Amino acid sequence: MTRKSLTALVLRIPWVLVVFIAALTIPWIGSRYDTFLATQIAISALFAMSLNLLLGTTGLVSFGHVAYFGIGSYVCGILMKTYAVPFSIALPAAAAGAALGALVFGFFCVRLTKIYFAMLTLAFSQIVWAICFKWNDVTGGDQGIPDVPYPNMDWMSHIPFLSDLRIAEQFYVLTLILVMLSLAVIKRIIGSPFGLMLTTIRENPNRAASIGLNVRGYELAAFVIAGGFAGIAGALFGIFNRGVFADFVYWPKSAEVMIMTILGGIDYFWGPVVGAATLVLLNQEITSYTQYWPLVLGIILLVLLFVFPGGIVGGLATGLAWLRRKAGGSDA
Amino acid sequence: MFDVSFLFGQFLGGLTTAMFLFLIASGLSLVFGVMRVLNFAHGSFYMIGAYLAWQAVQWLAPALHSFWLAALIAALGVALLGGLIERLLLRHIYGREELYQLLLTYALVLILGDVAKIIWGTQQLSVSRPPLLSGGMEVLGATLPAYNLFIMLTGVAIAVGGWLALARSPAGRMVRAAALDREMLGALGANVGALYTGMFVVSSFLAGLSGALVTPIQSIVPGMDVEVIVEAFIVVVIGGLGSFWGTFWGSVIYGQVLSFGILILPGFSLFSVFALMAVILVVRPWGLFGRPLR
Repeated sequence: MTRKSLTALVLRIPWVLVVFIAALTIPWIGSRYDTFLATQIAISALFAMSLNLLLGTTGLVSFGHVAYFGIGSYVCGILMKTYAVPFSIALPAAAAGAALGALVFGFFCVRLTKIYFAMLTLAFSQIVWAICFKWNDVTGGDQGIPDVPYPNMDWMSHIPFLSDLRIAEQFYVLTLILVMLSLAVIKRIIGSPFGLMLTTIRENPNRAASIGLNVRGYELAAFVIAGGFAGIAGALFGIFNRGVFADFVYWPKSAEVMIMTILGGIDYFWGPVVGAATLVLLNQEITSYTQYWPLVLGIILLVLLFVFPGGIVGGLATGLAWLRRKAGGSDA
Repeated sequence: MFDVSFLFGQFLGGLTTAMFLFLIASGLSLVFGVMRVLNFAHGSFYMIGAYLAWQAVQWLAPALHSFWLAALIAALGVALLGGLIERLLLRHIYGREELYQLLLTYALVLILGDVAKIIWGTQQLSVSRPPLLSGGMEVLGATLPAYNLFIMLTGVAIAVGGWLALARSPAGRMVRAAALDREMLGALGANVGALYTGMFVVSSFLAGLSGALVTPIQSIVPGMDVEVIVEAFIVVVIGGLGSFWGTFWGSVIYGQVLSFGILILPGFSLFSVFALMAVILVVRPWGLFGRPLR
């Protein structure tokens, strides 16, 4: 078999499906702790992916994306805990609430560009934080909303294999399916004519405007969609974390998800997923040695910015292209 | 409803907050105005200034109890740190996208925050008020601590001094030219690199000084860096990014809204400030004193 056909074969494997199935088997083959980490990775991946819809696809630097994550987790947490609303209603409500928040804030934000946009998104996320932190009657203030219940997953008990899982593991399966569905939808959006318009805006907003594109309208639409998916991630995280706290919405969390996204690589669809997985696992590994995780993260970030601005996937792609060029040279 | 002395007291409280914020935000605004870099680490410089002031007070304590000398040492120390960071790191990212600039300064926030924790631990530290300014006075029935008056005067002095330096001095002319067109200034033979370093040093000095000056009335805790930077951002946004006087008036407005917002919406005064900012950005996205973007 020549090297070329090997490459073709490797590329023909549906890697996404392989990874998805591998991830799905974690509750059976891994420990409880592995499932815990995998849940965290899946949720972070969706959050980072929703941010990349702005960062990578549309070229909008939102430094307040955590606001919509937070709205989603509070809406879902309050509905499920305080009003005992079923998950099947609370989750869409969380997405809708976050999207609505993104619509209101985004309406103002898209009027600004570049650094001004970043600052305004940051400021709005702090408004959300101030409300979550102070509005005791609804959000529980600094106590947050502890003991958000798990969704009712009785339907899983009728399915072989799934019925033997513990509830946290069943929730992982549910989360993984919801995240994969969300990622599929995001992929469709990015590949659609609408998504191509967003890329056009990223490449050159002036030119996009001059060919008659309603730049602000498209940016706002992207902002709302990204907010909605962040809301889904937030809702899942609130349940996973067994509680929703004002901490979720504090601005450094926005920076954290941004680091995840660029660590993976903002120019690649799967970049945010890779970044989320890497950061969650690294955090786990490093916090077992030292409490100074932020210091390590800061240094990683510096290395990333100066040495690998394309992120992990960007670095891999460059390496792969180099290998292929070398292989091509030797074949000829 | 409220008597005059109470309202005046609120007003004075607001003014003190305002001048503190102006001390912090002025450096942020200068760097943004000239270098177009939004420096998240400005809050970290402020925090390091506070810790250094505490440290200097400890060192100086046996011989001479000089808060003022300690504050100066802290400000100079932070200025040096700022200069090093500009030369070693920031310098390389001026031409790059704002995403990378923001994240670079955020990396500094993470690193400096933990370095401060490693050196000074996580418990609260405090510095006592300089004896010279430990008293207070009565103004229109409201009490005004002498230290607060000192802060207000310092704020005004820095505003006037900064304005004179920018508007009247040759160096100020260069700074304004760099803000308008960096490349042209370089082409005319000016050393833009040195100018940027100088600006960053001045800005860090101001951050360190404000951190040192805050220690007699606020305890030093980890996390004060990320808390203050958002407030400074709001002030700069209200006033207009890059406008020096805008930052001054932005601080004054911020202080008053915060201080009277408490009376109207107890517990939500922070919210009233954000709401004010949102309103200003809707009406004038470039801030009160800024110029529309091209």
